[in-house]
Amino acid sequence: MKVSNIIFFLLSFSLSQIVYAEWLAFRGSQGNGSSKSSDPGKIELQCKNSWVTELPGRGLSSPVVVQDTVFLTASSGPNQETLHIIAFDQTNGEKRWERKFKATGRTVCHEKTCVAASTIASDGHVLIAQFSSNDIFCLSLSGNLKWLRGLAYDNPNIANGLGMSSSPLIASGTAIIQVENDADSFSFGLDMADGTTLWKKERTRAANWTSPIAMRKNGREIIGLQSKDGFTAIDPVNGENIWAYEEGASTIPSSTWTEDDIVLVPSNGMTALQIGEELMNFQKIWRDNKLKPGTGSPAASEGKLYVVNNANVLSCASVKTGEIIWRMRLQGPVSSSPVIGAHYLYVFNETGLGQVVDLRDESPSVVHSIDLKDTILGTPAVSKDAIFIRSDQRLWKLGS
Amino acid sequence: MQIILVLFLTFLSSLSANTDELLSSTLSKIGAHGEGNREATIAISKAKQLDPSAILPLLNAMNSANPVGDNWIRAVISETILSSDPANLPIEEIHQFLKNQSNAGSSRLTAFELLQDNSPKLANSIIPSFVHDPEPSLRRFAINKILLDASLEKDAEMALGLYQKALDSAREVDQIQEATKQLQKRGMEIDLVELMAFITDWEIVGPFDNTARTGFAKEYLPETERESGNSYSGKNGEANWTPFSTSHSLGMVDVNEACGYIKEAVAYAKTTFSSDKEQKVQVRLGSKNAWKVWVNGDLLYSRDEYHRGKTRIDQFVIDGEFKKGANKILLKVCQNEQTQSWTKQWEFCLRITDETGKAVTQGSVN
Repeated sequence: MKVSNIIFFLLSFSLSQIVYAEWLAFRGSQGNGSSKSSDPGKIELQCKNSWVTELPGRGLSSPVVVQDTVFLTASSGPNQETLHIIAFDQTNGEKRWERKFKATGRTVCHEKTCVAASTIASDGHVLIAQFSSNDIFCLSLSGNLKWLRGLAYDNPNIANGLGMSSSPLIASGTAIIQVENDADSFSFGLDMADGTTLWKKERTRAANWTSPIAMRKNGREIIGLQSKDGFTAIDPVNGENIWAYEEGASTIPSSTWTEDDIVLVPSNGMTALQIGEELMNFQKIWRDNKLKPGTGSPAASEGKLYVVNNANVLSCASVKTGEIIWRMRLQGPVSSSPVIGAHYLYVFNETGLGQVVDLRDESPSVVHSIDLKDTILGTPAVSKDAIFIRSDQRLWKLGS
Repeated sequence: MQIILVLFLTFLSSLSANTDELLSSTLSKIGAHGEGNREATIAISKAKQLDPSAILPLLNAMNSANPVGDNWIRAVISETILSSDPANLPIEEIHQFLKNQSNAGSSRLTAFELLQDNSPKLANSIIPSFVHDPEPSLRRFAINKILLDASLEKDAEMALGLYQKALDSAREVDQIQEATKQLQKRGMEIDLVELMAFITDWEIVGPFDNTARTGFAKEYLPETERESGNSYSGKNGEANWTPFSTSHSLGMVDVNEACGYIKEAVAYAKTTFSSDKEQKVQVRLGSKNAWKVWVNGDLLYSRDEYHRGKTRIDQFVIDGEFKKGANKILLKVCQNEQTQSWTKQWEFCLRITDETGKAVTQGSVN
């Protein structure tokens, strides 16, 4: 490991602990859909801590919150060829800056998704934005371009006719980019300093919409890449395999790393892997097909996992044993992933209905709901005692 | 004191000029696979030193940059504008750059978008001039305006004329289809196959085996002996080149019809395109199956993906070259093993355009 990478990793890791209230990537700073320090509870459209603002283009990507700014991507134009990266003041929703680029790869997508489907990742200093066209941008928090790559310009067949949605990840000074398809299929490690390729890994040729996750323990950090073959742990610095679980996995919902050193893999329903010391090996500890997620990825907090299946049933189970603690039906259809605050779980369905579940109840139910009257397919962010959620046209901050 | 001030301003000016040059040359040399990224990362950190006079050199640099370099330059222009007094932006020079059609289409589009953001009134006023523009993205603005004007026009004759004008000038599929729909509603008969120059007459041979999707990579005789053979050993016995014409309204060729409804199969389609002259062309293909396309024996492009979305017109736009006279187009179309209802299609549509998207029709030269 290069010294610069070690420093980068230590800084990033320390920062992620300090800025727990921030929401730095897809499913939050820890990648498990939870934030212990933010929890608005009864979210409202009309209150002092809420706002809504118009967006210049479509998107399924989640907002991320860094310091006092909300960052988001969007795509516009007749073929969604214009790529937007936008910063909003989290206190009032005013636009701070916007950068526009052009897609250099394919922009054809299924009508339900779009080119801005991947969520920005931040290490607290810079932003990494990825689009379905496989354009990657690294910007400072004030919007200055650091570097960019057009991965489809280099590899024209890394494209999916339905669109791509894997979100980037920052680990050990490396931007981890998964671009896996039926045709050419790769994962890349790009140097955070200048975007050059540190490693390029051939991957299974099969469409894959999942996102890489970070697994962290005792100051060490490894990456999990999911595909139809299973789940592979790699070294973020050189891309080399560390271990592999090879019993197949979903290609839509992503895996989740938990505080119990257990990774929850959407495989044969749900499969839990206990990760060993130094993250160098794993042991399968339970499997339950009743915990199979639908489109959204599982969330985890305080030893419990939460998953919404294709029948819109929200299940809560023990991370360590897989034992189902309770189940309840939500109003669907639900495409997004659930997110959790200190006490509440938030999930939005496709019609824009936000449903809030009090996790302290023994038999939880929806204690509050909010109707945004818009199509919601993306996953919310929990930060600043508010929920940040977007549609194709709007971005909301919903406080209480 | 005055001399010192003049010297200082001269120094600043030369610094800016050097930075312009450094940035322009560095960013226009960005290559594939991250080549030039290290230098560009250093160069772009100096973008804050630029003043509005850098915008024209940067637009010029886009003329020689690739699409990735274009994005680097867009970012520098954006940062330069944000740090400049709007009153000092070279609006007229940007306008002149846009008008000059010898500049690259992507840099002219960037110039137009700069006008949209910084001089919207001027930008709107020049949109009608794009109606015959060689850059499709600029032409699109003009066609949109004509379609909008037509939809608002109360005089039926005038509306008809506007829709006809839109159809005559449109290059993009959705605009062609909208103008066609409106004209057909008004009683006009339009043959989209002829208008868009879909190739409807083919010879097809197949099926060949594609078990486990292995046929995509396998070189069956029709692709290795393009001219000599007529009869081959196929998946279901002897397979012969057989003429096949489509009457589909958008030139869709249903390979199932030609080869039987069969899974895990490969078929080849060939045609001869007569070109009046040597010319650069775009082969515009739509297919939800895996495919390869050759022109005059050269493999232009291939894509090994099945049933990810529907077949779309102009789904893949592939650059190629035609010689004067007969040009052989060979297409390989593969069907996989999936059995869901949405995987039955084994089809393609193909047309030839010039670089502006204008349909190229068959010439009379044999």
